[in-house]
Amino acid sequence: MSKLSEKTAALLSEGTVKLIIGYEQGTEHPRPAFCHTPEDCERLIFNDECKNNLGVYLTKKEIIGEDKIAVVGNYFVIKTVIQLNRENQINLDNLVLMTVDGDEVVTFSSIDEMQQYVDTHEPAPNEKVLAAIEKIDKMSREERWAYWKNALSTCVRCYACRAACPLCYCNRCIVEDNCPQWIEPWSAPLSNMEWQINRIMHMSGRCVGCGECAAACPLDLPIGILTKKMGIDIKQTFGGWKDGSVLSTYSIDDKENFIK
Amino acid sequence: MERLIIKSDNIGTWLAKIIDSVPRVLAPVKDGDKAEFKSIKSADGVDYDSQTTISSVKAAAFPRTETLFAYEKEGMETKLYNVAEDNFVETVIWRARPCDAVGFKPLTSIFNWDYKDELYNQRYDKIAIVTFACTSADKCCFCTSVGGGPGNTEGSDIQVTMIDKEKTLVEVLTDKGEKLVALAKDLFTAAEDSIDKEKALADIPAKFTKEQIHENLAKAFDSPVWKAQSERCLGCGACAFVCPTCACFDIQEDAHGNHGRRVRCWDSCGFSLFTQHTSGHNPRPTQATRWRQRIMHKFSYMPDRLNVYGCTGCGRCSRACPVDMNIAEHLTSIANSSHE
Amino acid sequence: MSRNIYMPYIMVVDKVIDEAPGVKTLRLRFENEEEGNAFEFKAGNFAEYSAFGEGECTFCIASAPTRKGYVECTFRKAGRVTSGLDRLEEGMTMGFRAPLGNAFPIEEWKGKNLVFVAGGIALPPMRAVIDNVLDRRDEFGDVTIVYGAKTVNDLVYKDELKEWDERPDVTLVQTVDPGGETPDWKGEVGFVPSVLEKADPKSDNTVAIVCGPPIMIKFTFPVLEKLGFKDENTFTTLENRMKCGIGKCGRCNVGPMFVCKDGPVFSKVQLNALPPEF
Repeated sequence: MSKLSEKTAALLSEGTVKLIIGYEQGTEHPRPAFCHTPEDCERLIFNDECKNNLGVYLTKKEIIGEDKIAVVGNYFVIKTVIQLNRENQINLDNLVLMTVDGDEVVTFSSIDEMQQYVDTHEPAPNEKVLAAIEKIDKMSREERWAYWKNALSTCVRCYACRAACPLCYCNRCIVEDNCPQWIEPWSAPLSNMEWQINRIMHMSGRCVGCGECAAACPLDLPIGILTKKMGIDIKQTFGGWKDGSVLSTYSIDDKENFIK
Repeated sequence: MERLIIKSDNIGTWLAKIIDSVPRVLAPVKDGDKAEFKSIKSADGVDYDSQTTISSVKAAAFPRTETLFAYEKEGMETKLYNVAEDNFVETVIWRARPCDAVGFKPLTSIFNWDYKDELYNQRYDKIAIVTFACTSADKCCFCTSVGGGPGNTEGSDIQVTMIDKEKTLVEVLTDKGEKLVALAKDLFTAAEDSIDKEKALADIPAKFTKEQIHENLAKAFDSPVWKAQSERCLGCGACAFVCPTCACFDIQEDAHGNHGRRVRCWDSCGFSLFTQHTSGHNPRPTQATRWRQRIMHKFSYMPDRLNVYGCTGCGRCSRACPVDMNIAEHLTSIANSSHE
Repeated sequence: MSRNIYMPYIMVVDKVIDEAPGVKTLRLRFENEEEGNAFEFKAGNFAEYSAFGEGECTFCIASAPTRKGYVECTFRKAGRVTSGLDRLEEGMTMGFRAPLGNAFPIEEWKGKNLVFVAGGIALPPMRAVIDNVLDRRDEFGDVTIVYGAKTVNDLVYKDELKEWDERPDVTLVQTVDPGGETPDWKGEVGFVPSVLEKADPKSDNTVAIVCGPPIMIKFTFPVLEKLGFKDENTFTTLENRMKCGIGKCGRCNVGPMFVCKDGPVFSKVQLNALPPEF
């Protein structure tokens, strides 16, 4: 049994936690795993292919209830925990956060430790996404509008992007409001754009950059470009991700040069 | 049923004739490393390599968004307008898979169950389907476990099987198929009896039987298997929307002041608010209950009520799922255990 | 194209009646007289009512099929579409897709006694079958109606209740929840299940028809059982989230049944066989 399986199995058999969420081998790629017994932990794996953002389960009451659980997550899961904690969506007392760093099974004992890890282990950016941003940046406004209208025209509004994102935890999403109906819920070029624009706006300054929205999209729509670009813009205009919640703080020094 | 041979090299020529003869031909086109059905204007650019497309081709008869009727309010009066006939376009679906053709069967059943949905019928009646039998399969395919197969001709107007680099078998199954062959009849010769279709087909061992599933599902309503299988499910609609047989839809109002249209659009029983009442009461409040509904509806309720199966084993749901809810894996587990 | 099943009939609002706080009745007639004359329905059927520009919502047809020339719908203003219906005035037009669903099997009830039990806004679905029965009064035995609401003001069809009360061939028991009575209230005070038990209708050769919020139904069924009512003689009409109303959109699917097609009227025997997903 691997070190990871051993350590996690011990957490369960000692009764420290009721559930371990990690990764296991799936049909082609790793997928989220839920371990309720020490034997279940034998399935746990950890490698560069483990991409799902397990943070998405931390706000699902029907999965975690009021129990103490452990999560063996990747870099982005750790970043997600920090953000969810900032937004008062999780109880850190009920969470044992772990990761695997090289050969080591790491258990974080504080938010500071998590922050330190995040600061020192940032993965390389996705070159394809950066290249796409560069290309679109060079377009005129009309070209950009046409690009996105076309790129999003085949969207079926399955909301896999929303479902895979750990920070999309609203019980009633804006697109599910019908009184008033802010965004038309049926697939059409304009309303598909409205949906993505809105999703990105609501992610402002909160997105941890895991790219799972784009990975989840069954049609491979280029929506990872939007979250990345938003992150870049937010950093330039309001400071880095650590400097406070963009959506809920206001400073008199905030630049407003985007209002033309 | 007529068995013909066409030179494998001539398939493109035949397709070009088909493209000239109908307003719309849908065929798999590659975009990056994924293929999707697109409207084609030339025989070049059709993808013959990918196992199958990401989305099914059900949109040809059951569009993502569809006008049900238009309305106009003038003072106290309201006028309603039916959908214009030119919305229903003659279509050939090219290089679909057997699991696509058979997927229209449950759709046709639902849309004609007592009340005839003429919007669906008019579209479906104008479709001719040319399927290409599967000479390979991937890890998510399981058509043989649900009464289908790589060479299943049910629902096809023509089935094309590549026998080898030179010869391709063309099985003409319906009048619609005959018309398509007649467009290029010089390209076809009769197939000898010795042409063996079965040998060319992919070998897809069945993982379970429909009977096993039906029997075990009948006693599985309160089983803990639903929670266990659905724990990682994110509740998105990807599986329902790529599925060739999922037909659940929403009805919405596209209102613009005094006029507008009533539309229907795809919906998914996996969404948390699918069954929620205005009062806030939700009969299926957990992902486990919704996962159970998906499986029961496809493999138990539909066979019992409509005598038709709600799954073709195409595996699209499993490929599209962000968390690998491999339906064949889940069904095999249900088939092999007794869930009391 | 032959008839588009999603296209509603156009109806003219003949009358708007305020029933209770937030609850209205719309009396509708067919704009197209021919369509109106050809239209038939049975008590228990429901309809999809359109407020064009807002959408459709599902309510029973609240008037009896024996009353010709109009149909009625009673609703509580609760969301987008009901707010749209709430804004309708006399003379305005709206949509009506009907008849949908199954019906109360009143032909099988001939010669039997009938006990109707309803709570709050659930009287509308019952009123269609009650009036239907009363219009054919001598085909049935004793008729007892037990109806309750939260407060006196919340009782719907106040005029009709008076009519039923004054009929010698109908036993009407009205009740309001404790605290809902007014100083001059002459009816019972108590929840519907306990008032039903007190009324103690005989179960021999009697059919019980129940409609109300889930909590009322939950406590009424055991009372009926106690009084000796058999499951095959107990009926209810279910509510569920619906959109198409014709068994296609999948929303109201409960087990192998569709509330819009196999229901909304179910006998308790059928209800017992349904999984608890409604």
